[in-house]
Amino acid sequence: MLADVVSVSVSRVLFEDVTKSFGEVVAVDSLDLEVIDGEFLVLLGPSGCGKTTVLRMVAGLETVTQGTLRIGNRVVNDVEAKDRDVAMVFQSYALYPHMNVRKNIESPLVARHFSVDGGAPRKLTASERSQRITQAAETLGLASLLDRKPAALSGGQRQRVALARAIVSRPAAFLMDEPLSNLDAKLRAETRLELVELHRKLGTTIIYVTHDQVEAMTMADRIAVISDGRLQQVGAAQEVYDRPSNLFVAHFMGSPPMNTFEATVAGGGREGEVTGAAGRVRIDAGPAISLPPVGSRVVVGVRPEHLRSQGHGQQGRQQEGLRARVSAVEWLGYERHVICDVAGRTITLREPAEGQAPNLGEEIYLDVVANHVLLFDPATSERIP
Amino acid sequence: MTKPLAVPVDEDHVRSRRRSIKDTMLGLAFLGPSAVIFTAFFFYPLYRLVWLGLHQQNRTGTRERWVGFSQYADTLTSADFLDGVRISATYVLYTVPLGLVLGVLLAVVADRKLRGIKVFQTIFASTVASSVAVASVIFFVLINPQVGYFGDVSFLSLSDPGSALRGVALSSVWQNLGLTFIIVLAGLQAIPAEINEAATLDGYGPFRRFWRITIPLISPSLMFLVVVLTVFAFQAYAQVDILTGGGPAGATETLVWKIFSDKEPSQYGEGAVMASGLFVITLGVTLAQFRILEKRVHYGA
Amino acid sequence: MSAGATATGDPTLGPVWKRASWYAVLSALSVLVLFPIYMTIVRALSTPRDYVQRGQPLYPVAVQPDIFGRAWTQGDLGRQMALSAVVTAIIVTAQLTTSILSAYAFSFLQFRGRTAMFYLFMATLMLPLEVTLIPNVDTVQSLGWFNSIQGLTAPFLATAFGTFLIRQGFLGIPRDLRDAAALDGFGHLAFLWRVAIPITRPVVASFGVIAFLSAWNQYLWPRAIVNEAKWNTIQIGLKNVGAANVDEMNIGVAAAIIAALPVLALLIFLQRHLVRGLTAGAVKG
Repeated sequence: MLADVVSVSVSRVLFEDVTKSFGEVVAVDSLDLEVIDGEFLVLLGPSGCGKTTVLRMVAGLETVTQGTLRIGNRVVNDVEAKDRDVAMVFQSYALYPHMNVRKNIESPLVARHFSVDGGAPRKLTASERSQRITQAAETLGLASLLDRKPAALSGGQRQRVALARAIVSRPAAFLMDEPLSNLDAKLRAETRLELVELHRKLGTTIIYVTHDQVEAMTMADRIAVISDGRLQQVGAAQEVYDRPSNLFVAHFMGSPPMNTFEATVAGGGREGEVTGAAGRVRIDAGPAISLPPVGSRVVVGVRPEHLRSQGHGQQGRQQEGLRARVSAVEWLGYERHVICDVAGRTITLREPAEGQAPNLGEEIYLDVVANHVLLFDPATSERIP
Repeated sequence: MTKPLAVPVDEDHVRSRRRSIKDTMLGLAFLGPSAVIFTAFFFYPLYRLVWLGLHQQNRTGTRERWVGFSQYADTLTSADFLDGVRISATYVLYTVPLGLVLGVLLAVVADRKLRGIKVFQTIFASTVASSVAVASVIFFVLINPQVGYFGDVSFLSLSDPGSALRGVALSSVWQNLGLTFIIVLAGLQAIPAEINEAATLDGYGPFRRFWRITIPLISPSLMFLVVVLTVFAFQAYAQVDILTGGGPAGATETLVWKIFSDKEPSQYGEGAVMASGLFVITLGVTLAQFRILEKRVHYGA
Repeated sequence: MSAGATATGDPTLGPVWKRASWYAVLSALSVLVLFPIYMTIVRALSTPRDYVQRGQPLYPVAVQPDIFGRAWTQGDLGRQMALSAVVTAIIVTAQLTTSILSAYAFSFLQFRGRTAMFYLFMATLMLPLEVTLIPNVDTVQSLGWFNSIQGLTAPFLATAFGTFLIRQGFLGIPRDLRDAAALDGFGHLAFLWRVAIPITRPVVASFGVIAFLSAWNQYLWPRAIVNEAKWNTIQIGLKNVGAANVDEMNIGVAAAIIAALPVLALLIFLQRHLVRGLTAGAVKG
């Protein structure tokens, strides 16, 4: 048994068939997920999808209705928040308004017991506490602000105090609930980098909740996409983006989102074709994948950057691909989004902002990069492998 | 569901059921002191009040007999009780409208940006420092028929049954002025500046703005004051005790005075019934306040 | 009386004559409000007979320089003030304690019957002392608490108003803060003492001021359960003003002035809290 305890990594978080319901409402449905020791895992999903509930269950702020939740090798379903050895950074920062920065950072150290150098858990001495506070404050550049109250700090400084309060207890895992959402855009981008840096320095597991895919993609080792209380997909950012496991993930990841339209498989084999109302699309499904039988209905998914417009503004060119009518052009400086109407569906094309933009109302033809086309089962929304 | 049997579980960690038991125990401990006081001095007396109303005591208070609801019927229709209700209601009419108008006047005048306005605001609020007893002594000095500065003003004369209640009422109006002023001023200051600016741009003059904008917007505060001042008026006792002792000729015997003016044990039942009557009146006023406030919430939303 | 951010009058200060006329109105109203107080001070300084004989002048005549000292000794004000102070201190301390504890239970503890208990507590707000006084006097008499500190304080050791007010403050504490405290390992007592009370200090202070005001100014209850002069509180002591010999009446008037001083000090030094406490009732509705 003891060997078990020692061998299992301490800051792994493991969900085994975890369900959380509030009365009739199921907020988290049969979640199976392993957060690997030391990784930066982002729980990503739209608001109300249950991601915050997942985090709060880890923190011990919500009970687990069903299933088993482990931190390290220990089942923590019935362990109180303070005894879980985790620290949380709240969206609102949750700083105590009547305490100065020093007291705020100290607060996790006052009432709890800590095991120092592998000894039996005990309360920390005043000098141990002040040493830790100094260290945490230095790590986050707060040394000169220790005597201020939160009201006298800027938003960014408050956020740092919240982080300092989290690291001071040296927890097995950090739980972060949209910690950057109250910062302005510039500060948010800076803090993203600092968080990644902090994670690298401390090597501690971070579970990070956000609805912002940019945050997820820039920081995460792995992303777990959640919708309607269910885990949709978990994987590295690239993997989730390139090979979304279902239509929800396909639509949720990426901005502008993936284009999808219904079509019928017209030619089988490795390189096949599908036809839809607007024309034919050639598909290169890759070596490992085979197309469904000819005549099957599928949902075709193409990212905006995988569409090419046939030289618009030219006359009498070949009329292949999807026939589209330009309804809007959004110019973003480094690229442009051409929004088209294709047989009644809106399809967005992203291209470098070079050359002449298509004119509104102009009819153009869209080519698809064949080896980037994804197919989904219209009945289950799952990706056809 | 996997059973966590093979896994080490810290035994001393509190399960959620145990936590809820802990919450319950702590809750009872925290509510206990208040609950004891409320039971002894609010709920038990309420029961006793009904019991006393249903019984009549003998002269020495040593024995009582069941008289049922007849005592309620008799007392609530007695000239004594109705007289008390009439005098208290009159007292309400003397104190509430006048107090409200003066309070609004003071608040409107004091709600402006002027140097030193705080001094005036403190002066207008100052009467909250006076208890009913102190206010009564102050008005004793002013309107006592023998020695008062206004002792010979017949409109307020405490020696004339026709005017004594007005004199007593004036002390209440003055004493409540500070409270009324503070609450109306807070209501005025809660009105966003943009509303007054918008009204000015719309061409509202000061008077139209006062009636069309200010009064509707402070109506919740005014409503609250109507209720509080009415309840205060129905509870009037100390000012009667100090200024007139119920006289002359019983002209200032308010309901509360009638309930407590030294009673024989045989009249305990009567007093209890009157107190119940007072309770019903106070309750009615308070419930009316809740209903009106509810309407206000719907209106405001 | 917070900084007058808005004004019903013109937002600008306006021309001089306009400002001057506002000062005139404000001064006139101040005279109206202060006149009774002024007259009380004037009349305390000499006997009624002196004033009546000289045709009721508005200024002091035949001033008795030692009048406040005489009022203090003759009216036994020292004892009355001390008694009122002790009674008030007990009531305020007890009300703060019981209100904070029950407000905490109603805000942060989960247990069966909590809502029902809350409504029962609030129901006491509808029961003014005047209604329950007859049975309460009986109770206190049967406990042998006439003319005693216990008798003067017992019914006022708890109040639903304070419970309500402080609960409102507690409910305003963000959920994140409670969660953070749970992670920090604060139990209920630690959370109450270290977080809840410090954060709601303005509400607690406002309620404390109101509790002081109503305890100090009590009249009906002490009048009902005190029948020995030495147990008279300062307010009850004022009752004798009219009963006194006409040549000593101003002693009672001087006593009233002394009786109002502690509350006057409260008004001046704690005006902010007093105003907040008084208007809290209006917000509550």
